Amino acid sequence: MTPLVAPALPTRGGFIAHVGRRSLEAGRAVADVPTWAPLLAVQMRRLGVDSVPIALFIAVFTGIVLSLLSSYIFTGAVPLYFVGALVGKTIMMELGPVLTGMALAGRVGASIAAELGTMKVTEQVDALETLAYDRYSYLVVPRVLAATLMFPVVTAFAVAVGVLSGWTTAINLLDLSTAEFLRGLKQFYQFKDVWFGLVKSASFGFAVALMGCLRGLATEGGAQGVGQSTTSAVVLGCEAILVLDAFWALVLL
Amino acid sequence: MIVLDRLTKSFGSHVVLNGLSLEIPDGQNTVIIGPSGAGKSVTLKLIVGLLEPGSGRVLVDDAVVGEMDRDELAVLRGRIGYVFQFAALFDSMTVAENIRLGLARRGHDEATIRNRIEESLAVVELSGSGDEMPGELSGGMRKRVGIARAIALKPRYILYDEPTTGLDPVTAALMDQLIIRTRDLGVTALVVTHDMRSAFSIGDRVALMHDGAIRQVGTVDEMQTSHDPLVRQFIEGRPDSVLLEPVPRRSTG
Repeated sequence: MTPLVAPALPTRGGFIAHVGRRSLEAGRAVADVPTWAPLLAVQMRRLGVDSVPIALFIAVFTGIVLSLLSSYIFTGAVPLYFVGALVGKTIMMELGPVLTGMALAGRVGASIAAELGTMKVTEQVDALETLAYDRYSYLVVPRVLAATLMFPVVTAFAVAVGVLSGWTTAINLLDLSTAEFLRGLKQFYQFKDVWFGLVKSASFGFAVALMGCLRGLATEGGAQGVGQSTTSAVVLGCEAILVLDAFWALVLL
Repeated sequence: MIVLDRLTKSFGSHVVLNGLSLEIPDGQNTVIIGPSGAGKSVTLKLIVGLLEPGSGRVLVDDAVVGEMDRDELAVLRGRIGYVFQFAALFDSMTVAENIRLGLARRGHDEATIRNRIEESLAVVELSGSGDEMPGELSGGMRKRVGIARAIALKPRYILYDEPTTGLDPVTAALMDQLIIRTRDLGVTALVVTHDMRSAFSIGDRVALMHDGAIRQVGTVDEMQTSHDPLVRQFIEGRPDSVLLEPVPRRSTG
């Protein structure tokens, strides 16, 4: 049902009540384990495993470009083995999580918003409720949880492939040996580089899936509404990634 | 018994229901007729708690729907089957899985679930279609699966939203037979439609909805012999008054 006019802006009390209601619904949905648990593995495969190819594709070319770029910057100024350091640090801490997150915001966020949006406008969400299922337990929790768990896994693969790709580029196209590349890679490596990137990517997964679910369930109208929800889910997902990226840099570095 | 007591409902400034009252007696087929956009589907959604009324009450078996918490609503929805206008089948599931979903929620064992699926498909004359996907079915078959999904739960009430809309005359007549057959199984039905042939075929009582309220309610004979000009106009399908194009009114609230 499409409202004919925009709803009035909520008062402060109304806003607090709204947030309270939503929090209560979220708590109930998460506690409804028997509903979402059987759906988790399917969503982990759809949102995570099926996203590995696109993440690896991006990682390969990121590694190549980073290797060439750092060689271009360092030549004549800094020893070339620093190429390994720059490729490793940058991919682990920033480009791996963020580029993978952005790609998955497009793939996962759009897919969730389109699926739930279509379910909403074809009354499948209402049908689910009439069968006594809670829409948040059945549709939202497994998707958000799956994305939160699987984004770090996909990112870990992307980081590994990105570094391998940078190394392959360095030894084949640059005047650099494996030993020199590894020397640079190890010299500035800290374990924090790895978990920093993975923590970030988990938060990206949470945000992207949540935006997709909320936009999808808020869909009104028909095909046009689904399109709008999908677009806005991707845009909001990308924005959330950038904001969270800055947040984690401020908090953890 | 279901009692609708002075229900109002608005979307923005668009008043949909304006003091609608109606009793749906047990063991009968009650049909609400009225033009498109009159609020018939909204009335059904208020009964199962998918929407909340602006004011007024919905009572199902003496319990007020608006005062129920989520658990109570789930129990209520277990007693009410809902057949959506376009069936609202889950298109990622087979026919059997669509029917299974509601049964599994109620904790039935596997043997009972299988029996109920077979029984309900037999009632709607779709035995052997359990493995088909909704996308492979015609519109009439999808609606019959929608009925099978509802009756598999052995509900006390079934709400039908435009069950014959968009169907050819033969399939529409088959739908009417199914609705009569479910009444004969002891199920109380509330049907909303603007198909007069269907309304008079399946209805024990017929109510005309106009301007957000019930204009007249009576047996099929009483409605067919009514002298109310709006009832006559709707029954005879004469497009010579505002009945067919209700004008949205400004909310006074």
